[in-house]
Amino acid sequence: MSGEIAEIVRGAKRHILEVRILTDKAGVQYRSFGKSAVSSLSREAVIKQMLESGVWAYVKQRPYGLIADPEANPKAVFVSCFDSAPLAPDVEFLIDQEAENFKTGLQVLSMLGNGVLHLGIRPGQRIDAPESAHVHTFSGPHPAGNVGIQIHHIDPIRADETVWTVAAQDVLIIGRLFHEGRYRADRFVALCGEGMSKPCYINAVSGQRMDTILDKHLKEGHFRVIQGNVLTGKRSDTKDSLSFYTNQITAIPEGDQPEFLGWLLPGFGKLSLSRTFFSWLSPKRSYHLDTNMHGEERNFVMTGEYEKVLPMNILPVFLLKSIMARDVERMEQLGIYEILEEDLALCEFVCTSKIDVQKIVSEGLDYMRTEA
Amino acid sequence: MSQKASIICVPRLNVLKLILRIHYAILQKFLASIKPPFAKGGKLEKFHPAFDAFETFLFVPGHTSDHGVHVRDAIDLKRTMMAVILSLFPPLLFGIWNVGYQHHHAFGMDASMMDNFMFGLWRVLPIIVVSYVAGLGVEFIFAIWKGHSVNEGYLVTGMLIPLIMPVTVPLWMVALGAIFCTLIGKEIFGGTGMNFMNPALLARVFLFFAFPAFMSGDIWTDLSPEAGRALVDGWSGATNLVTFDGNYTHLQSASDMFFGFEQGSIGETSVLACLMGALILIITGVGSWRIMVSVFVGGYLMGLLFNLVAPGSNPLHSMHTPAYYHLLMGGFAFGAVYMATDPVSGAHTSAGKYIYGFLIGAFTVVLRVFNPAYPEGMMLSILLMNVFAPLIDQLVLEQHIKTRLKRA
Repeated sequence: MSGEIAEIVRGAKRHILEVRILTDKAGVQYRSFGKSAVSSLSREAVIKQMLESGVWAYVKQRPYGLIADPEANPKAVFVSCFDSAPLAPDVEFLIDQEAENFKTGLQVLSMLGNGVLHLGIRPGQRIDAPESAHVHTFSGPHPAGNVGIQIHHIDPIRADETVWTVAAQDVLIIGRLFHEGRYRADRFVALCGEGMSKPCYINAVSGQRMDTILDKHLKEGHFRVIQGNVLTGKRSDTKDSLSFYTNQITAIPEGDQPEFLGWLLPGFGKLSLSRTFFSWLSPKRSYHLDTNMHGEERNFVMTGEYEKVLPMNILPVFLLKSIMARDVERMEQLGIYEILEEDLALCEFVCTSKIDVQKIVSEGLDYMRTEA
Repeated sequence: MSQKASIICVPRLNVLKLILRIHYAILQKFLASIKPPFAKGGKLEKFHPAFDAFETFLFVPGHTSDHGVHVRDAIDLKRTMMAVILSLFPPLLFGIWNVGYQHHHAFGMDASMMDNFMFGLWRVLPIIVVSYVAGLGVEFIFAIWKGHSVNEGYLVTGMLIPLIMPVTVPLWMVALGAIFCTLIGKEIFGGTGMNFMNPALLARVFLFFAFPAFMSGDIWTDLSPEAGRALVDGWSGATNLVTFDGNYTHLQSASDMFFGFEQGSIGETSVLACLMGALILIITGVGSWRIMVSVFVGGYLMGLLFNLVAPGSNPLHSMHTPAYYHLLMGGFAFGAVYMATDPVSGAHTSAGKYIYGFLIGAFTVVLRVFNPAYPEGMMLSILLMNVFAPLIDQLVLEQHIKTRLKRA
């Protein structure tokens, strides 16, 4: 994006909310960083160029899921080359659109983490990886594509260690910087969910207004627009801008209608991991999901639910309780460094007591980062 | 034939849906009309939890997710509790019949299945009603007082209490037990999910120690007089649990005990009915099969061990009782299926569940054999293991942390 800053919108305490840019009419002008063979550059030069151009923000660090500290020395870089989340874009397809950029991007990443680059792929997925990279195959349903789950099985994060992660689509953008010599922030975003007239990919630029993206794609009706998937995405509306990391926009019906005796009826059309609704008798049916909570929040009652959807050697309920108790030592022992909110999103989905699992995780991570 | 049936069925279903919809509309209007005084700032604001309980009982609220995941699993605690109540129907229905059967049997009468059932129904129904009214009363008072929503846990507890009472129990005692367990067993700890002991068993153990005369002896069969009839000769009010301590060979046959044609608490006698309930709990995923299986295994192995070390000089000693009899006698199956599996008061970790269940089974048999003063060892050993469950979990947790450290 290039243009003229038209307005800066500030919120409370002069917090910057939006920077509105009037785009150049004559098309986007790019600052040239010069094409350079990655192999000829040093690690420092690569990082410098990424910082200068602005693509560094695509590199995240774990624990905590923050933008990586360029001074840090991570033990490895992890990239999950597929997305297993509900209605997620087909990353393999998107990589194929820019195979050279992806290859270059991986080359760059292989220089960052002490030369250790781990890639997670689906069985049968073909990938043009640098020779030094370690390729791991993950099968199974979501959250197999979450990089956190993959790290846990490849090389778990110990106390005082950091690793860096980059989302597969962001590797393309980093690749462009070195292969094309410019920072091009456009990407394919998947439009999906019942609220879209037709699921499709659309080419959009970070920061673009949502209404210009959703134009003609969003159905008329009472829908919730989500930047991201239904498990981890952020609620959004047409006045927002496309956020920096968004790969998919989901629209699903708002479920704000009460349901008469909903807990008593047979429930042939209700999605549940438990088999308390008769829908389990027809495993292949598809469901109309809305945003209804299907019940009220309660204390923890059921056990063994979360473990079914968390493929990690972690006892999720005990970890959550240690977070609620702000017990730093326990949180460490039970693996808080290994998780981010997204890894336990399915636990929140299946929870009988409707507990806000991701909120608790995020409080725990904040607490560890600031207090411990 | 089947085509015809389906043709009749379809309009019926539609009529049913229509009726539901009309009810729905009327109810919603009614609720909306009486809501304002209960809302925040209203005159009856204090009573909002009570209103809320009724409203959410009728309608799953239209609340939508605000942060975190945008879609949620359809299950909630009400649905979970419904599944448990559904699973309690086999022992309940059999128990009602058995109350009538035992009564008529004691008087040497040959009653029809319906007569037995109706006799039982009039004895059991008041106990159920009293149990729910008393317990839910406490729940509502606490909800209003503390301003939290009414917990669903009592829906199950209220049904469990009658099933573990002798049919002759006075109604005021049922009420007392229900109030005690809700108050002392649950609410003072913060309600469902915070209690550390199984509330229904707490009600029973409270009555057991507070009113021993009403909880043991010839109390298991309703002996209200029948005109012109006397008790049959040689009728005994002793349950198998009492019998086996004296001479185990006088026990009823294994098949009688399996099907439940024996004296005992209302819902506990039929192992078959409990197993049917267990099937529902396991299929729906609500009850832990780990706990159920390990309770049975624990009891069986302990029975076998006793068989091995039983004194040869006394061939009638209760240690000689065939091990599988322990699984059929008394409330063993009922406790294993419905009481030990309480997710709140039991062990929470998977490994812990095996240990917890095994100890319950084993300890029950120990109590039955060595402490004739407390014939129903099941109740006491579940409560004891409720207390130990956090400790078991702690041990599992420490082991878990060790393996995590080793890997990391």
